[in-house]
Amino acid sequence: EKLAAKKKRRKEREALGDRAPPKAIPKTIENQRVYDETTVDPNDEEVAFDEATDEFAPYFNRQTVPKILITTSDRPRGRTVRFCEQLSTVIPNSHVYYRRGLALKRIIPQCIARDFTDLIVINEDRKIPNGLVLSHLPDGPTAHFRMSSVRLRKEIKRKGKEPTEHVPEVILNNFTTRLGHSIGRMFASLFPHDPQFIGRQVATFHNQRDYIFFRFHRYIFKSEKKVGIQELGPRFTLKLRSLQKGTFDSKFGEYEWIHKRREMDTSRRKFHL
Amino acid sequence: MAAAARWSHVWVGAETGALKGVNLQKKEATNYGTDWTVPRGGAGVCALCWGEPTQSELLVGCRDRSVKLFSTEKGKFRESRVCPGGDGPFCGLAAYGSTIITCVESGLIKVWPENEMEKAQLELEAGAGLCRMRQDPTRPHRLGTGGKENALKVWDLQRPQEPVFRAKNVRNDWLDLRVPIWDRDLQFFPDSDKIVTCTAHRQVRLYDPRSPRRRPVLETTFGEAPLTALALVPGETSVVVGSAQGDMAVIDLRQGRVLKCLKGAAGGVRGLQCHPGLPLVASCGLDRFLRVHHLGDKRLRHKVYLKSRLTCLLLSTQQDWEAKEEPPPPAEVKEEEGDALWDTMETVPTPAKRAKKRKISGL
Repeated sequence: EKLAAKKKRRKEREALGDRAPPKAIPKTIENQRVYDETTVDPNDEEVAFDEATDEFAPYFNRQTVPKILITTSDRPRGRTVRFCEQLSTVIPNSHVYYRRGLALKRIIPQCIARDFTDLIVINEDRKIPNGLVLSHLPDGPTAHFRMSSVRLRKEIKRKGKEPTEHVPEVILNNFTTRLGHSIGRMFASLFPHDPQFIGRQVATFHNQRDYIFFRFHRYIFKSEKKVGIQELGPRFTLKLRSLQKGTFDSKFGEYEWIHKRREMDTSRRKFHL
Repeated sequence: MAAAARWSHVWVGAETGALKGVNLQKKEATNYGTDWTVPRGGAGVCALCWGEPTQSELLVGCRDRSVKLFSTEKGKFRESRVCPGGDGPFCGLAAYGSTIITCVESGLIKVWPENEMEKAQLELEAGAGLCRMRQDPTRPHRLGTGGKENALKVWDLQRPQEPVFRAKNVRNDWLDLRVPIWDRDLQFFPDSDKIVTCTAHRQVRLYDPRSPRRRPVLETTFGEAPLTALALVPGETSVVVGSAQGDMAVIDLRQGRVLKCLKGAAGGVRGLQCHPGLPLVASCGLDRFLRVHHLGDKRLRHKVYLKSRLTCLLLSTQQDWEAKEEPPPPAEVKEEEGDALWDTMETVPTPAKRAKKRKISGL
């Protein structure tokens, strides 16, 4: 019945020719997204003031250089270890350390003493990495993500050679709400400020429907408008579970945002990031 | 500005240092007292209280140890004074007559006279690690303090040497270990002598200084996250608590049960207050929203997005919350025109549902 209606409409359109009405835009979930009142207006002074005085201000004022510590949960299996190594080639100025069953609360003061700015902990379950805790160090916010669809370099088809030591560019897509803004700034503070365009490498954090997709490419301009990209480096998707105000503290931490499934997932068209 | 100030139902303090007056009918907030062009960190609002019982003045305590006086009639900050001494931000502010009482996290309570130039009249040392200081609303010379490893103490300003009531910790738990104390918020009951506290170890405790026991009379646990805010429901039998993960609930104090859960908050709750007349409770938190719930049917009545993280709030009871604004006249005129239009059109009879009838007869 629907096919018949479609055929009829197409015939009418062809019959009318030039005078046909424009095609209707199909409804997608992104089109129908419930308007979020926390969407950031680019001219908003209060948000700009908030961002100028929050924990990432020293990074955005170029007072600190990011130095990142990557570690895992205890006793990581081969896949996670290889993932950590590849992640450390992607993020410049990062160090991987083996977690010898140490408590995070004890590691954090030591990291602050050694001038680390960020801590990434990759949680592993049943030999695959499935969670990421990203903590900005001198008492910065801590974000806890669920990580899925992790692909190592050898599993990516048509990949290029290894990522070089050049500082990549960073693309942050579609972080519109206030919460998305904070998370976007957190990701941006992992990478040094000045990308080296000689390296032609770019790391992309693309947010769509509350899932953040990470990809790492090398691009080459074939002509003015045509670009060729080669995917290198690991790829994974993240979903934000919670954002804590201080450094990682599971017992007494204060949360800025927690995902509550029963309350927040009631509408298919409402997203928070 | 002055008119807007008088129309604010709720006053909220934010971490950026702004004082916001929120009008719930229009769902708008107006900012007072910040200059957004000068980036100046560390000036967040820590404490808010009414300067006078008539609710015409607000005392705003900021992180840089300054206390500002804000007049709701004029909509402007009238004066500001710096209150040094002790370490850490303010954890409590109160007004007593014409003096201001400030309390700092390191435990120093000071009474400041009206005149700015003079030094503190009175100083009290309440122990380190304080989280909250509150004033008894019926007897303003009594203060209660509580903090981390600092049990509840009730002080009387007329006898500053020793606390009037010092609470004792509960007995050791079933493993014979000492139960840690971390009082995050406390409230005095208006008519009786009782005090209720909520702790970051998820406990709600009720103390009665008149009884011979110094241990809590009632203790209940709630939730999995530290309880950060507490408010009394008028009627003295229940309290509303808010946690660091955004769980808010009404707890009955006679039995220690959870009566209702208020949903919606996604971040830690920092400020809670119930309206004395209407069954409404307002909450503000780190997720930058101000929410007003109805206590009877647990529904969310108002939700306002305020763009910074919120730390404390005060309800203004002088406003008439139920009053609705008059409908603007142009809308009425438009309705009349529409009616006239409809009257001039002829009525078209609706076609009888013949198709369905045919199907039925076909059977």
